[in-house]
Parts: sequence; structure tokens; C-alpha cells
Amino acid sequence: MKYSSQAVAKLYFMAAIGLFVGQILFGLVLGLQYVIGDFLFPAIPFNVARMVHTNLLIVWLLFGFMGAAYYLVPEEAERELYSPKLAVALFWIFLVAGALTILGYLLVPYAGLAQMTGNDLLPTMGREFLEQPTITKIGIVIVALGFLFNVGMTILTGRKTVITMVLLTGLTGLAVLFLFSFYNPDNLVLDKYYWWWVVHLWVEGVWELILGSILAFVLIKVTGVDREVIEKWLYVIIAMTLITGIIGTGHHYFWIGTPGYWQWLGSVFSALEPIPFFMMTVFAFNMVNKRRLNHPNKAAVLWAEGTAVMAFLGAGVWGFMHTLAPVNYYTHGTQITAAHGHMAFYGAYVMIVLTIISYAWPIMRGEKAANKRAQVVEMWAFWLMTVSMVFITLFLTGAGVLQTWLQRYTDTPLPFMEVQAKIAPFYWMREVAGLVFMIGLALYVYSFFAKGESSGDATPV
Amino acid sequence: MSEVFTKSMARNIYYGGSVFFILLFLALTFDTMGTLPKQDNRAAITPQVALGKKVWEENDCIGCHTLLGEGAYFAPELGNVYKRFGNSTEAIKAFIKSRPVNGVPGRRSMPQFNLSDEELEALAQFLKYSSEINTQNWPPNIQG
Ligand code: HEC
Ligand code: HEM
Ligand code: HEM
Ligand SMILES: [Fe+2]
Repeated sequence: MKYSSQAVAKLYFMAAIGLFVGQILFGLVLGLQYVIGDFLFPAIPFNVARMVHTNLLIVWLLFGFMGAAYYLVPEEAERELYSPKLAVALFWIFLVAGALTILGYLLVPYAGLAQMTGNDLLPTMGREFLEQPTITKIGIVIVALGFLFNVGMTILTGRKTVITMVLLTGLTGLAVLFLFSFYNPDNLVLDKYYWWWVVHLWVEGVWELILGSILAFVLIKVTGVDREVIEKWLYVIIAMTLITGIIGTGHHYFWIGTPGYWQWLGSVFSALEPIPFFMMTVFAFNMVNKRRLNHPNKAAVLWAEGTAVMAFLGAGVWGFMHTLAPVNYYTHGTQITAAHGHMAFYGAYVMIVLTIISYAWPIMRGEKAANKRAQVVEMWAFWLMTVSMVFITLFLTGAGVLQTWLQRYTDTPLPFMEVQAKIAPFYWMREVAGLVFMIGLALYVYSFFAKGESSGDATPV
Repeated sequence: MSEVFTKSMARNIYYGGSVFFILLFLALTFDTMGTLPKQDNRAAITPQVALGKKVWEENDCIGCHTLLGEGAYFAPELGNVYKRFGNSTEAIKAFIKSRPVNGVPGRRSMPQFNLSDEELEALAQFLKYSSEINTQNWPPNIQG
């Protein structure tokens, strides 16, 4: 580690992994409720478990992004972090606010939580992914501003690199777009229109900038390839992201009361959205092939390549599958969407956070890479989680195709609940794949404690 | 990538492309805002419907159901439930009111929300309003 203040990233990464475990446990509860309808009812109804699952996901990814920024920004800017104390303070504020919110979901009926937290004053609750009480949302904005100030001051008073500028743009975009979560008009169509400015413009816009810059940073470090080459790739990738992804928002404006021209715009531009993901895959493999050094952290290289491949599959391929309006007419809001949502979130954002953790953690511990045995365990975890996520996606896709067929694309549509009963075997298989995912995650956690023989230093190719 | 295509060219595409498409998106949004009054059924948004939306949100109905295809995939689509229930707000109210507190054994269950009559009526009116938004003929059939 070049700068001692980089070590604050450790706190953020620990919290990220802890919340990740919670997220997956609730995923398993949800998966079981899908087939045993009254499991844990009425103590933890499905909607409550779901908001815990999705909000934990978003919060731990944010912890991961912040940890990544605190680790890589000092190294890139070639100076200590502007204020390590602020970073630690914001960590605790965010963790406590997050924990209280999750406890609120679990311990108080949602309507009661809305009342307790004054949702009347500025109603923002009760929309998918934005379930947090308004005061939590305000807390998120404050933490984001403090974080941006800290990271921004470090970048602007130090060496500016393409990687840090792109990262800062992405993080600023993340915070600015989140402000649309405070706009909740009575008009449902307007509500939905701007809701996507948070959700879509995050995952298919500014988050891709964060993803690209973290990936570029790790690739420079583990391959030793010339920075100039990597930065050129980064520019092209994020250019394609924004050129396709901004108007690509239109793939959510097909059936929510918006004008018909969005069917054309949304279909055409979002059909191009796989391009930046494909370029990311070519980029990662190219850089590893052209490497100038053999880095001892084999696990980090595997995570980096895995991110590129899985993001392309989940976002690019599974996104493309249902993004053309004539297809989406039948698949909109079915298990196809859930299949895509899982693989895309895992492949792009879960994996990039695990990539930077894999690279940075050993260095923060004072080694170049984790010991040999720990790396083997970590790579087993990689394969178990990744392969089981592929199966979760395939089972949900099977469920989704049948659902579309029986309920939508037919002259004799069956009611929703009847269709769900027919496709239950797919949900059982998804649950089994989820258990394997959990085993992979347990191994992953164990890899941090595994002891073994040192994996040595980098060697020239 | 070859030497002909330089880093500064890549950077210019990024800046130029982003600015162009952000502006185009804002222009399209402006146009959409002008078109919406004709198709988003805003005339039907009475204070009662607005209250209905709030009840909808404060009980997190979206955490199990989809509404116009967005939300969770655990329970039936509700954007057209007013029509599925024979254009009857009474049927919607009766359904919500009759949910057993401890659920239906073995079946996916919906909570008993203990809503007041005013809230129930508002919720049903909100679902009626939703079903009358022009959604380009989505969903494909009455089952949602
Ligand atoms: C914990 C999950 C859950 C929540 C939260 C929930 N529902 Fe439901 N809802 C269901 C399930 C499951 C069914 C299907 C019940 C059945 O067929 O036995 C259902 C069915 C319905 C139906 C009938 C749909 C049909 O086509 O048969 C209506 C109307 C409805 N819910 C309204 C609401 C409203 C309004 C809210 C919010 C106040 C809400 N639900 C919240 C789970 C939920
Ligand atoms: C990493 C990037 C991506 C992530 C994390 C992601 C995630 C998601 C999620 C979670 C949803 C469900 C939203 C909801 O609950 O309503 C969704 C919907 C959708 N995504 Fe993506 N996505 C990504 C990229 C893409 C790409 C590149 C495409 C197109 C090529 C795409 C096409 C779609 C479409 C069409 C829908 C709407 C599905 C429906 O109609 O129900 N996504 N995405
Ligand atoms: C890292 C792994 C995971 C990620 C990134 C993830 C992500 C998500 C996301 C983004 C959603 C919202 C989906 C949407 O709106 O389309 C969701 C919902 C859900 N997840 Fe996961 N999840 C993961 C693991 C799991 C596991 C292991 C299970 C169960 C075995 C699971 C079960 C569910 C269920 C049942 C839902 C609700 C779907 C619905 O609305 O009906 N998830 N998850
Ligand atoms: Fe999207």
C-alpha cells in the first residue's frame, strides 16, 4: 500500500461483505416463499423480505464503490486521502443508518414505518428499490455529498488521471440522479418516468463509468500494460455506454402511458447497449494477453475477467433478449425480467466489487497477494457463485418463457396464480441453485482466513 | 487499437457523444411532457385518487405486485385488475378486505392491511384510474 490512508477502504469492504451475506440469506427466504407461499407469513411477508434483499444489495454495492474509491484514488492521485477521519465518520453514519432502516423494515409494519418517519411531509416511500424512509434518503444524500467532497478534494489537488476523472464523474452522476427519488408526483405516469432516471440511468449509465474505471485500475495493476492503452479503451467504452444508454432509457417507456415513439427509440438504442459490455470483455482479455508481468494475485485476474464476461452475458445478452418492443410486449414484468436482473447485477456490479476487494485486500494486509491456499479457496468460491448464478438465470428464464407462453402469448390465457403453480418446479431448482450460491459465498468469506504458503512476487513475462 | 485512433479522439467522442445524447434526451423528455396530458388520464386524478396512490405506496403493494408491468413478480398484475374484476371497485375492495390475517395455508398470501373505508375506496379508485391510462394496449390480455 503506497499511502496509509488507503486503509480506510478495509472498513467499507468488510461492511460490504457482511451485508452481502445478509442479502443472500433473504434471497433464499424469497425463493422459498415462491414455492411455499405462506413461509414465515405473516411475520415476514414477501414484500418485506424483498425490500431487505434489494436494499441490502444496493447498500453493499455502494459500500463497495466507496471502498474502491478510497483505495484507488490516493494511489492514482499520488497523495494521502483529503480526510481519512471524514471517511471513517461517514462509514459509521452510513452503516448505522442502513442498519436502522433494515431493522425498521423487519420490525415495524411498513405503513407504521411510513408514519413514524414522517412520510406525509414528503412522500417518497413505497416505490420499488426506493422503499427507504425519506429521512434515510436524506441521510444517503448527506453521506454521498461528504464522500464526494473527500474524494473530489483528493483528486483535484493531486495527480489527475483518466481513471479518477471517470470515477468521479460516475460517482457524481450517481449522487445527482438519486435526487430524482425525491420527486414523487400523484401522476403515476410521471412518477414512473422519472423513477427510471434513478434506476436505469444508474445501472445502464453512471454506474458503468464506475465499473469501467475500477476495471481499468485493476487491469493496469495486474497486467502492467501501458496506462495510455488502457485509458483509450476506457474512453471508448464509456462513450458507447452513454451514447446508447441514455436514449436506451426508452426501453422502459413502452407501456407506462408514454408516447408510442419510445417503442422505436427505446428498441433501437437499447439494442446497441450490449456494445460497451462486449468491448469490456474484449478489453479485459486483450490486456491480460498483452500483460507485461505475471501478478501473483491470480484470483484478482480471474475476478476481472469474470466480471467482463458475466456483465456481457447478464446485461448484454439477457438484456437484449427482451429489449425490443415487440418482444417486451409479452415479457414485460415476467420472470424473464428477474432472470436478467439477477445476472446483470451479479455480473457487472457484484463482481466488480469482488474484483477490487480481491486485488486490494491482500495489499492492505501487507502482502502482494493472498497465500496460495487462500487463493485456491477464493477461486472455488468464484466458480460456485458464478456457475450457480448462471443456473439461477437459466431456471428463471425457463419459468419466464413458460409464463409468457401460458399467460400472455396465447388465445386462452390462464390466470397468473394458475401459471405460477405450473412453473413451480423451476422455482424449486432456482432455490437449490441459490443454496449452492450460499455455499460459494461461505467459502468466499472463509478464504479471508485461510492460511498457506506465500504466493510470491510479480515476475516479468 | 491502432495508433491512428488516438486517446484524444476517444476522449472527444466521449465528451461530444455524451453532451449530444443528454441534450437529445432532455428534448425528448420535453416533448413527452407535452404529449402526456392526452394519454396519461390525468383528468381522473382527484384528491381521492391521490390518496389512493399514497395508500398504495405506504403499504408497499409494489413489493409483491406489478403495476403496469413494473414491481415484483410474486402476485398478479394490478394495472388492469379493475377490468379483470368486471369494472368493479366493489370487487377490489371486497378482495382486499377479505384477506385472512394468517394467510391461506400453503398458498402465496396477501397481508390483511386493516384499511379504513376511506382508504379502501381511495385505493380502488386509484386502481381504476391506473387501468384507464393509455398503455399502448398493454397487457396483451385480461390476465395481465
Ligand atoms: C406479501 C405480498 C402482497 C402484498 C404486499 C400485497 N399483495 Fe395483493 N396479492 C398478493 C397475492 C399472493 C395475491 C393472489 C392471492 C390469491 O390469488 O390467492 C394478491 C392478489 C391481489 C388482488 C387480486 C388480484 C387478482 O387478479 O386476483 C388485488 C386487487 C390485490 N392483491 C391488491 C393489493 C393491494 C392494493 C395491495 C397493497 C395495499 C396488495 N395487494 C399488497 C400478495 C400481496
Ligand atoms: C449492468 C447493467 C444492467 C443491470 C444491473 C440491469 C438490471 C435490470 C433490472 C434489475 C431490471 C428490472 C427493473 C424492475 O424491477 O422493473 C431491468 C429491466 C430491464 N433491463 Fe436491464 N440491466 C442492465 C443492463 C441492461 C441492458 C444492457 C439491456 C438491453 C440490452 C437491458 C434491458 C432491460 C429491459 C428491456 C428491462 C425491462 C424488463 C421488463 O420490461 O420487465 N438491461 N434491468
Ligand atoms: C448476488 C446475488 C444476487 C443478486 C445480485 C440479486 C439481485 C436481485 C435483484 C436486482 C432483484 C430485483 C429483481 C427485479 O426487479 O427484476 C432481486 C429479487 C429477487 N431475488 Fe435476488 N439476487 C441475488 C441472489 C438471489 C438468490 C440466491 C435468490 C434465491 C435463491 C434470490 C431470489 C430473489 C427473489 C425471489 C426475488 C424477487 C423476485 C420477484 O420480484 O418476484 N436472489 N434480486
Ligand atoms: Fe434499462
